Amino acid sequence: MTLHSVPELQAGGLQLAYDQRVVVDDLDVKVPPGRITAIVGANACGKSTLLRALARLLAPRKGAVQLDGRALHSIPTRELARRLGILPQGPIAPEGLTVLDLVTRGRSPHQTWWRQWSKADESAVHGALAATGIADLAGRAVDELSGGQRQRAWIAMAVAQGTPVLLLDEPTTYLDLAHQIDVLDLIHDLNRNEGRTIVMVLHDLNQACRYADHVIAMKGGRIVAEGDPADVITAENVAEVFDLRCQVTTDPVSGTPLVIPMGRHHTS
Amino acid sequence: MATKTLSPKPGAHFRITLPPLSGRLRPRLITVCTALAAATFLLVAWAVSMGDFPITFTEALRAVVGIGDPGTLLIVQELRLPRAVVGVLVGFAFGLSGAIFQTMTRNALASPDMIGFTQGAGTAVVAGIVFGWTGTVSTQVLGLLGTFVMAALVYVLAWRRGTTGYRIILVGIGLQWMATSATDYLVARGMQFQAHAALGWLTGNLNGRDWSQALPLAVTMAVLVPAALALGRLTRTLQLGDDVAIGLGTRVQFVRLALLVTGVGLVAFGTAAGGPIAFVALAAPQIAQRLAGTAWPPPLAAGLTGALFVVGSDLAAARLFSMELPVGIVTGVLGAPILLWLLIRANRAGSGG
Repeated sequence: MTLHSVPELQAGGLQLAYDQRVVVDDLDVKVPPGRITAIVGANACGKSTLLRALARLLAPRKGAVQLDGRALHSIPTRELARRLGILPQGPIAPEGLTVLDLVTRGRSPHQTWWRQWSKADESAVHGALAATGIADLAGRAVDELSGGQRQRAWIAMAVAQGTPVLLLDEPTTYLDLAHQIDVLDLIHDLNRNEGRTIVMVLHDLNQACRYADHVIAMKGGRIVAEGDPADVITAENVAEVFDLRCQVTTDPVSGTPLVIPMGRHHTS
Repeated sequence: MATKTLSPKPGAHFRITLPPLSGRLRPRLITVCTALAAATFLLVAWAVSMGDFPITFTEALRAVVGIGDPGTLLIVQELRLPRAVVGVLVGFAFGLSGAIFQTMTRNALASPDMIGFTQGAGTAVVAGIVFGWTGTVSTQVLGLLGTFVMAALVYVLAWRRGTTGYRIILVGIGLQWMATSATDYLVARGMQFQAHAALGWLTGNLNGRDWSQALPLAVTMAVLVPAALALGRLTRTLQLGDDVAIGLGTRVQFVRLALLVTGVGLVAFGTAAGGPIAFVALAAPQIAQRLAGTAWPPPLAAGLTGALFVVGSDLAAARLFSMELPVGIVTGVLGAPILLWLLIRANRAGSGG
C-alpha cells in the first residue's frame, strides 16, 4: 500500500496554552513529508503539547496548524481523520476488548451508517494486523497482552486508519528495551514501505538519532535546533536542551550520533 | 447477493454485504437478544394470565389482540396488560439509558440512578406530595421535571472546556446526595400519610399502572430508542478515550451531548411512569455485556435485559409474597449483589473503584 499524496503539515506563529499557562509561544514548524521526524526535549518542554496541536487535540491560542494549506480547525474532523492519525500517550482499551475490535475501530472515519464493514475495511484491518505482526493475536483481549504486544495493537489501529500522516506520542514509553526497538523498527517499516509521514515524540536521543530522518529539539516551548540528527545532536545542543554534559560519538551500529552522558562524577 | 466471510476469530462475527450496505453480525449477540426478547414475551404473557381471576395462556393472548368475552378483555386490556407494558417499557428505557451512560463515561458505576438523575425526580415528586401540588400537577410531570433539572445541573456543573466522563460521575454523585438529603428532609417534615405515599413512589412501583402511564412513555421511546441505537455506533470510538476518539474523527462533544439528551430522556420518561426502580439501569447493561461477551454494554441487549429484569421482578413481587410488594424492592434485592460484585471487581482491576 503506497499513499500517493505527499502531505504538507506545518504550523506558523503557534501559541499553545493550558488555561492561563502558555507552554509554547510563537513557534513555526514544518514537517518534512514522507520522512520520520522525532521531537525531543526535556520534560515539560512542550514537545507533547506541540504534537497535540499538530493532531488538533489542542486548539492553538494564536497561529494555526495547516495540512496541505488548510487550517486544521477548518477541516471537518472526520475528513481530517482520513488523512492524519494520532496515537496519544498510554491509551487504555476497555477491559475485554479484542485486538480485532480495537483495530477495526481504526476504520471509523471511513465508515457510514449504511456501510459499516466494507471489503476495504476488512482488507485494511487484515493488512494492519499483518504489518504489525499480530494477526495471530486478533482474538485476544488487549488488556491481557504484554506491553509490547499491546502497543503493536494500538499502532495497528492507527495503521488501519490508513492516513498518510501518523503522529505518535512517546510510542515506546513503558516498554522494555527489546520492545522499544521492536516498535521503532515497525514505525521505520511503516515509513519506508508505505511512505507514511511520521512525527513522534521520543525520550531517548540515541533512538531518535537512529530512527528519525529529522530531529526537532525543544526547550522551554521553543525549537532550539532542527534538522539532520548528525547536525542537531551535538554536545553543545544537548548541554543547552537538557542541561546535561555529554560526549557525542558515533553509534557503531548505525553510524548516527550516540550520546554518552557524563553526570557529576565523571569528567572527560 | 449477501456474502459472508469468516473473521480471524471464528464465531466472533460475520461480514455481511448487500451493496451498498455492509455491516458485521455477531451471532452470539443476536442469539442473546432473541432469547431475551422471547423470555420477556413469555413473562408478559404469564403476567397477563396470572392473578386472582385466572385466564388461560391462550385466552390471554387472544384477549391481547381483542378477542374474548368482555370480562376477560377488561381484566387483560385495562388491568394486567398496561402494567406489564409499563414494566417492559420502563425496564427497556432504564437498561438502554444505563448502557448509554456507562459507555459514555467508560465507567460501570455511571448509571443514571447513581449520578443523581432519578434522585432528582424523587425530590420533585416528594416535594409535590408534601406541598400538595399533586392535585394540579401529576407525579409524572414532576418526575420528568426533576430528572431534567438534575441532568442540566450535572451537565452545567461538570462543564469545563468540554465535559469528561470522570467529571460527570463526580458531580453527579455529589448532586445525588444533595437530592437524597432534600428528599429525606421532605419525607421527615411531611405528614405520615404523605410520607407513606412518598415512600411508595420512591421504591419504584408498577401497582395500578394504566395506559395513561404507558402511552407517553411508548411515544417518547418510539423516538428515543432508534436515536440511541443509531448513536451506539458512534460510541465505539468514545470507549477508547477522548483523544483517540477525536483522532478517529468523532465529534466528541457533540456525540456526548446527543447521548446525554437521549439517555436523560429515556430515564426521565421511564422514571415518570414507573418511579425510580432501583438498580435496573446499573445492572442490566452489565449483565447484557457479560451475556453477549462484548467489551462494552450492547445497547439493544441492555434494553431487553432491563425489560426482562423489571417484568420478572414485578411478577416475583406480585406472586411470591402474600402481599403485593413494590417492584423496586425485588430489583434491589437482585441488583445489590450485582453492584457489590462489580465494585469488588473494579477495585481488583484498579479501575473505577
